Amino acid sequence: MIPNLLRIEKHIDSPTEKFKVMKESQNQVAVDQIFKTKPHISVRNLNVYLTKNHILKNVSLDIPDKAITCIIGPSGCGKTTLLKTFNRLLQNSVDVKIEGEVLVDGVNIHGKDVEVENIRKKMGLLSQRPCPLPMSIFDNVAYGPRIHGTRNKRKLYEIVKNQLEAVGLWEEVKERLKAPAIRLSIGQQQRLCLARGLAVSPEIILGDEATSALDPIATTKIEQLFLSLKKEYSIVLVTHTLRQARRIADYVAFMYMGELIEFGSATEIFTNPKHQLTRDYIGGSFS
Amino acid sequence: MEEKIFKALMMAATMIIVVSLFMIIVAVVKRGLPAMSWDMVSKIPGGGFYIGKEGGLLNAIIGSLYIVIGSITLGLSFSLPIVLYINLYLPEKSRLAQFTRLSFDVLFGIPSIVYGAFGFTLMVYLGLRSSLFAGILTVTFLIVPILIRSIDEVVRRVPKEMMDAALSLGATRSEIIKPILRQVAPGIITAIILSVGRGIGDAASVLFTAGYTDSIPTSLSQPVATLPLAIFFQLSSPIVEVQDRAYAAALILTFIVLVLSLAGRYYSRKFSKNKI
Amino acid sequence: MNKIRYNNYRKIKELVLRNSMLFLTVISLSFAVIIGISLYYKSVPILDQQSLWSLLSGESWRPLKGEFGFYPFIMGTLWVTGIAILISLPLCLLSAIYLSEYAAPYIKKIVFPMVDVLAGIPPVVYGVWGILVVVPFISTTLAPHFVEFSTGYSVLAGAIVLAIMIIPLMISVFIEIFDALPGGLREASLSLGATNWQTIKKVVLRKSFPGLAAAVILALSRAFGETIAVLMVCGNVSEVPNSVFDPAYPLPALIANNYGEMMSIPMYDSALMLSALLLFVIILAFNAISRLVLIRIEKNFAL
Repeated sequence: MIPNLLRIEKHIDSPTEKFKVMKESQNQVAVDQIFKTKPHISVRNLNVYLTKNHILKNVSLDIPDKAITCIIGPSGCGKTTLLKTFNRLLQNSVDVKIEGEVLVDGVNIHGKDVEVENIRKKMGLLSQRPCPLPMSIFDNVAYGPRIHGTRNKRKLYEIVKNQLEAVGLWEEVKERLKAPAIRLSIGQQQRLCLARGLAVSPEIILGDEATSALDPIATTKIEQLFLSLKKEYSIVLVTHTLRQARRIADYVAFMYMGELIEFGSATEIFTNPKHQLTRDYIGGSFS
Repeated sequence: MEEKIFKALMMAATMIIVVSLFMIIVAVVKRGLPAMSWDMVSKIPGGGFYIGKEGGLLNAIIGSLYIVIGSITLGLSFSLPIVLYINLYLPEKSRLAQFTRLSFDVLFGIPSIVYGAFGFTLMVYLGLRSSLFAGILTVTFLIVPILIRSIDEVVRRVPKEMMDAALSLGATRSEIIKPILRQVAPGIITAIILSVGRGIGDAASVLFTAGYTDSIPTSLSQPVATLPLAIFFQLSSPIVEVQDRAYAAALILTFIVLVLSLAGRYYSRKFSKNKI
Repeated sequence: MNKIRYNNYRKIKELVLRNSMLFLTVISLSFAVIIGISLYYKSVPILDQQSLWSLLSGESWRPLKGEFGFYPFIMGTLWVTGIAILISLPLCLLSAIYLSEYAAPYIKKIVFPMVDVLAGIPPVVYGVWGILVVVPFISTTLAPHFVEFSTGYSVLAGAIVLAIMIIPLMISVFIEIFDALPGGLREASLSLGATNWQTIKKVVLRKSFPGLAAAVILALSRAFGETIAVLMVCGNVSEVPNSVFDPAYPLPALIANNYGEMMSIPMYDSALMLSALLLFVIILAFNAISRLVLIRIEKNFAL
């Protein structure tokens, strides 16, 4: 029922499993057609429990490389939780239990020897409200490179300039790089946060309803940035607004009550959803 | 009807509380102001603090300053790591964090005389005499619970998204200490102001440990006078001039505390303005 | 190569910082235990000689003869703190209800900073106030109506000073408790046609009773331990007081007053440390109980 984008695993023996795999490999053909490249993040049978609530139920999903994937679904469906497992920000509470695997470039990030800092460095995070660090505009962008060992002032300046240019903020702030980041408008702050994330040269950008606090103009700016950034980065966005997903998504994952209901290319999901729930959600029967 | 009577009573009760504050300040100012003079704040007592009629309170003012600076420095270097550890490293709702908070809440309630007695035992055990160092140590015990409680209060309110933002850049937990401290700096200042107030005014803790002297200590092992002790000891003197010194010290102490509480208000308001 | 070394440096730095912070935290947790043990260790000599019960119930305090009866001091503490609570509880309760249920915002804006200032005034200044105002008032104005003679240095003087001192603590915890009550509770009662006052009496006070009790215990333990201010105004005569105009000698005052001579008389320091231990244990227990109650209340209301 759930279109599982599993690649065939070696350890499948039982007949029923084999049948499932057959079904899935039929699916796989379609997927291979829509995937131009290897998946960047692969989620395998992910279960997450918060206190005793089952937040994510056996989610398996492949996030394609160099494309925008939008995760949609009604609030409380587990979108944000899924996103946070990608860079292991979820484990910060005693009540969290995580089962299953999240593979980034083939490495299970919940494995024992994995250094969490390296995983997080690979992924830039944009949260719901922009969170500039309590320091100057320059220092915000330079924060990441600095902790990773770049001390050279000219180099830092280069990085900051490049990333601020990349998010279209350079012209607006080049006169006041030393000003506290908190003085920027909220839309500028969000672009600053994006630049800050890009400065550690990640491969993936995670956005958690990154435009929900912004006005329409700022939202458009951020969306256009995403569209131009997808040439170099894999982008995963959790979004509450269907219209945004329509505007920018290449792939769409629809979640409901902790389950992944449907995953496919944006055109497919929006024009011809396979599942009744997806149809209802996209048709606006619930939100 | 009943409501009206009680409302009148309530307003009366509030009035009594407000009035008693003014009574205290008025009493201290009325008695202390005539005793104030430039000598009072610029000279050390002459001819012995209990009988000498000459001189002023400089020994106690400087002594209090030394004690407060020393104990705040020492106290911060204990409390900051503890607060950061329970907020940064321990997961939310961790038992250890909750227990730590509870235990400092409880320690906050321990009276200063007990800290004084403990400090004294420790001092004897270590073979120290009553001295500036022992006084600093005891006052540190006294203020660490305040520092921890009030700094924890602000660090807890740091938006989780901000920590996540720094962590998601690949920072280790110890590397996000700097931005967090920057974020809560006004809160830390408020906490310091609060503990300076407590530390500078407390007599019972340093009664056993600081000793008392007419001179200004030049090393950590010399005894030291403080303002509250100056009040306490000199008030019981039969000589009016010596008593005057006590009342002047009370005035100075009250003034310091008033300024501190104004400053604390100012800073905490500034802090809440900057909160996102 | 450099990169690897830098990453190792980061890893080591993280490890060292993390563990030293954990170490400090654990040490700090054992702090209360260390205080308890060291005070106990100091009071062992006298406990070896006499039973705790005989010390607590003994009425005579003659250190030179080796008689250490704590009874007068315990009674002195109970008198002073009991009356202090009797004075400040109604004041605080009435005022807290007024401030949280009736008062206009501008009144709160005036009163709250004043309560803050009151909390910040050092004990010794309260003592000065007691000597300047309360003691003369009692000896010249109040006491002549009731007893033949009082110096003014009395249970009542100590209690009044102490009552004012614990007001900030009590009132701020009271207001916190009232504010923590879910607003829906009041609205539910009001919408049933109850008046404001009925709502306060039947709903607000009843619902917040455990919290108020905890706050009183907290204030009580603060009062128990208050030393200097009480010591300055309560007379310090080691006899059980018979009226509020008699002098009293509370336990903390006993410790503070005798530190000078305690090393020269055998068992004296042990007896004083025992009284410090008693204070410590009682106040620790009181504080722990009331804090636990308050934490539970906070949690329940938050849900």
